[in-house]
Amino acid sequence: MFLGRVVGCVWATAKNPQMEGMRFLLVQPLTPELQNTGRRLICADAAGAGAGELIYWVRGREACFPFLPKEVACDAAIVGIVDEVHVKRPAAAPAPAERKNPKRNG
Amino acid sequence: MLIARVIGELVATQKHASHEGRKLLLVQPLNLDGSNRGDAVVALDAVDAGVGDRVLLSTDGYSASSAVGRPQSPIDMAVIGFIDQIEILPGVS
Repeated sequence: MFLGRVVGCVWATAKNPQMEGMRFLLVQPLTPELQNTGRRLICADAAGAGAGELIYWVRGREACFPFLPKEVACDAAIVGIVDEVHVKRPAAAPAPAERKNPKRNG
Repeated sequence: MLIARVIGELVATQKHASHEGRKLLLVQPLNLDGSNRGDAVVALDAVDAGVGDRVLLSTDGYSASSAVGRPQSPIDMAVIGFIDQIEILPGVS
């Protein structure tokens, strides 16, 4: 799972019939320090998240499990709304690694 | 599976029902030299790990959800063990 923030909504009128009634939200992945990291993506909403909320999302096959028994075609889903983040990085640890893969830069 | 360090915890009241009763940990994947490997991720706790622990992180959905004991649950990362020691064979760089 990954930390993120809801930064927008996506509407799709013509879509897979199994996806009727689902909400799609634009999510900006975040570091634990709540800095933007990586590129924004679209997540199906399984937690009732709203604009600007801090959330955590799951990617891959597991993203469609909240919608069972409907077999929806989705690969990223918001599964929880985050109330608080407690971070305590060890003092000796180096700063977050610089990104080597430019494709993930947002 | 990855080597990772627990660096924090999340509090989430509104979440998928299958995540109830398990800690949500912020874990930072590590390289063999201890430096950070990419960004920190959120993982469900299957072994009662705490902040500062060096742990084994499963990044596959099937193994993560079965380690937590909740099949068909939307979990793609789980802390599945503590790492006591890592031994690298001589000659391996």
